[in-house]
Amino acid sequence: MSAAKADIIVQATGLSAGYGKRSLWHDADFAVAKGEFVGLLGPNGAGKSTLFKLLLGLNRPRAGELRVFGQTPRRGNPHIGYVPQRRPIDDEMRIAAIELVRLGLCGTRWGFDTPKAVHRERKQALQALAAVDAESLAERLLGELSGGELQRIFLAQALVGKPDLLLLDEPLANLDIKRETELVQLVGQVARSQHVAVMLIAHDINPLLPVVDRLIYVVNGHVATGTLEEVVTNERLSALYDAPVEVLRDSRGRIAVLGTEEAAHHE
Amino acid sequence: MNSFSVNVWADFQAMLQYDFMRHAFEAGTIVAVVAGVVGYFVVLRRLSFAAHALSHVGFAGAAGAVLLGLNPLVGLVAFTAGGGISMATLGRRAATRDVQIGTVLAFMLGLGVLFISLYKGYATEAYSLLFGEILGISSGDVVTTLIAGLLTLIAVAVLYRRLLFTSLDEDVAEAKGVSILGMNILFMLLIALATSIAVQVVGVLLIFALMVTPAAVAERLSRRPLQGIVTSVAIALGVTWLGLFISYYQPYPVSFFITSAVFVIYLIVRLSAWLQHRAHV
Repeated sequence: MSAAKADIIVQATGLSAGYGKRSLWHDADFAVAKGEFVGLLGPNGAGKSTLFKLLLGLNRPRAGELRVFGQTPRRGNPHIGYVPQRRPIDDEMRIAAIELVRLGLCGTRWGFDTPKAVHRERKQALQALAAVDAESLAERLLGELSGGELQRIFLAQALVGKPDLLLLDEPLANLDIKRETELVQLVGQVARSQHVAVMLIAHDINPLLPVVDRLIYVVNGHVATGTLEEVVTNERLSALYDAPVEVLRDSRGRIAVLGTEEAAHHE
Repeated sequence: MNSFSVNVWADFQAMLQYDFMRHAFEAGTIVAVVAGVVGYFVVLRRLSFAAHALSHVGFAGAAGAVLLGLNPLVGLVAFTAGGGISMATLGRRAATRDVQIGTVLAFMLGLGVLFISLYKGYATEAYSLLFGEILGISSGDVVTTLIAGLLTLIAVAVLYRRLLFTSLDEDVAEAKGVSILGMNILFMLLIALATSIAVQVVGVLLIFALMVTPAAVAERLSRRPLQGIVTSVAIALGVTWLGLFISYYQPYPVSFFITSAVFVIYLIVRLSAWLQHRAHV
């Protein structure tokens, strides 16, 4: 999907990220358009989550420019829905799931709930849950939910504020293959119907194949972007990893990328 | 001697003829409400050990205040607030490091013992700080407790949603613009205030009984935060009143009756949860 300039919601120019003296990646140029589904791939610790933190305004770039909806990123941007990687929800957490979704609407407000506000927020939370096919989980206790069910709740919470951009950090971690596919399909379908752009961090490219429009690869300090056909080739990946990398495809279109493991460890 | 009759209401009115009983009921009620509310968030944030430790830090402060001839409450508030702010600044992970917290806790208790012995005064001071002395509360203490209690409750009402959000979902709350450090510091200050006034009722060593156990039981009995808070307050109130009521007829410490009542409720709830679970399997 190539987009007109007006449809660009995220624009990075010569962007560099890192902590203190340590540089994670540098000179990244990429853009995300309205309603686009972008997969973020790369080895652990390459700086994919850091890219999210820049977009959320939680970290500052070391150099370059980043615009989100035409502005410098700032914390609390209501246009962004965010699902972080790990959540402190243990099996003792005895609170109904809908309450967590509702916090996506009202969690930053001061003061107490009025019964009217509670009623309205609960209705909106139920709609968000319905959108991710999780209405039946509304009254279940958070501590009792499975990993896949929790991901739907988090997704509903991120969607309840009607964002234009969803940032999903490793939503597929700890899910089995069947649940992975289901969740990706669900995200793709919600993104299309609500016209939300999605940036999704994943380990494996295969679950994303049916829905992804474009990829951003973060490897060894470099950020590369393009469509699947453009990026996932022997030449591009070998250059990116600075090692011989081979891309194989099976009869069903699934992809195996060989040679990246060792290359990432060498860095 | 006071004798118990079947007419509970008449018994109650007879008790309230005495100033010390009236003050005890007034202070006990305020403390139970505050401890029940703040305790809910303590349990939700998994900070019960940190709260327990803060009360020990408060013991050193209170003993120091006694030594200097000040109101122990001043020392309590100063030390628990100082301890709470340091814990919050060190980060949430620091507040759940039990070995470090335990080490500081023991040191503070030791410091308190030193101050008490330097004071050379009544050993009852130490006793009442450690185990509570609600029957010795003056009307002035009740007013102080009321002010501190109201402050705490108003603060919780203002911070309610943000407290809940950061307790359940810190990363998202931060991304949405809530200051995690700010909330941690504010909440530690709330624990400090709540602990300081609760020490009068149950003492430093038994703070768990009002700050943690009622909320932990409430968490098991409810599925919504507001429900949980109301239940937690109800339990804390119930056991405090029951403890005071019984202590009017029995020569044993109020703290014993309060902690026992809480313990029994906790046992019943855990046991029935276990039975229910077994019935399902």
